[in-house]
Amino acid sequence: MRQSIDRRDFLKLAGLGGVVFASGLAGGAKFAGAAQDDFYFVQLSDTHWGFNGPVVNPDAGGTLPKAVAAVNSLEFEPDFIVFTGDLTHTTEDPKERRRRLAEFRDIVKGLKNKNVRFMPGEHDAALDNGQAWKEFFGPSFYSFDHKGVHFIAIDNVSDPAARIGEQQLAWLKSDLAKQAADARIVVFAHRPLFDLYPQWDWATRDGAQAIDLLMPHKNVTVFYGHIHQEHHQMTGHIAHHSAKSLIFPLPAPGSQPKRAPILWDPAQPYRGLGFRGVDAEVQKAEYEITEYPVRKA
Amino acid sequence: MRLERRRLLAAGIVTAAGAVFGASGLAQAKERVIRVTARKFAFLPREIRLKKGVPVVLEFVTADVVMGFNAPDFHVRADIIPGKVSRLRLVPDKTGTFVFLCDIFCGDGHEGMSGQIHVVA
Repeated sequence: MRQSIDRRDFLKLAGLGGVVFASGLAGGAKFAGAAQDDFYFVQLSDTHWGFNGPVVNPDAGGTLPKAVAAVNSLEFEPDFIVFTGDLTHTTEDPKERRRRLAEFRDIVKGLKNKNVRFMPGEHDAALDNGQAWKEFFGPSFYSFDHKGVHFIAIDNVSDPAARIGEQQLAWLKSDLAKQAADARIVVFAHRPLFDLYPQWDWATRDGAQAIDLLMPHKNVTVFYGHIHQEHHQMTGHIAHHSAKSLIFPLPAPGSQPKRAPILWDPAQPYRGLGFRGVDAEVQKAEYEITEYPVRKA
Repeated sequence: MRLERRRLLAAGIVTAAGAVFGASGLAQAKERVIRVTARKFAFLPREIRLKKGVPVVLEFVTADVVMGFNAPDFHVRADIIPGKVSRLRLVPDKTGTFVFLCDIFCGDGHEGMSGQIHVVA
């Protein structure tokens, strides 16, 4: 608790205070779980290692190392770090895919905090059903508990048709069955679980089934990537927060005819790129999100 | 599923599952057929012109890999499988310009694989 309060005080003093999002139906209800320390974690997403497009990001090879350095320089150490997919940019060459995954893994070994969780994106996994990705990072969907919060990582990318699939949905149902109705649940995914903008493929074909399984739980928050920008939306009482990318930003959903990367602006390098810190206040089921740039202005 | 199907039927649209025709074409034989070829990473034609309320049959082929056709505004989609012909019946229920896209990740360039349906009165 002490460290969390210190960190939030620090953020406010530094003018970095984040936005607080209440999870679900908390509304003052007393959490039945054991008293827990608050904590914070860092989410990075869509690093697309191996991407080559100078007009979009002339520092494609330098952005990820800069992000690693920026995480390492945070004033307070996170409890853990999660990468929510598209670690690498897609390639149809299996050897090149593995080379990119290996390079990515080696770069993020530079993170001081060694409690790092990984998830695949469709660029990593869709062309071989996640085979190469799993060789490097293990199972593509899993759950774990941390200080009173149940975290669930859902793989909605290894199927090139963007389905979670019957098998994983059955696992999700079984995993959730062990959780109390007021359990603090955080879901990580790459694609949005809801139909954010299917015209740009910003959806999961059977995502509604996952949301249906999550709905009986009062306190559910989803953190995802894929859309290369910050976005916040509710489906019922479930909050969904997408993260910025670490390679190029994309336009707001439906804001222009084509989903094309926003070009690099030499006057504002790294604009629209970044990562986030999430302060979890377990008792209130609140999450304070602080967005960090790749490089300080 | 039943609810979803009812909703689509109400909109005058039948999904691929309900509208993939046998080789005979049966009662839909007189409907206009538009052949769409999918290849890495484009649809040909990229522009499809339709009339509101007039049924068409979209016929998909590919010589490459498994792809998908998805027109989210009409709630229809179909798999496009090498060596097979997929068919989808569509009755546009609104005018305007609408996106269609490949919804099965098919390689580097997949994200630019899209086209437009123009529906006039």
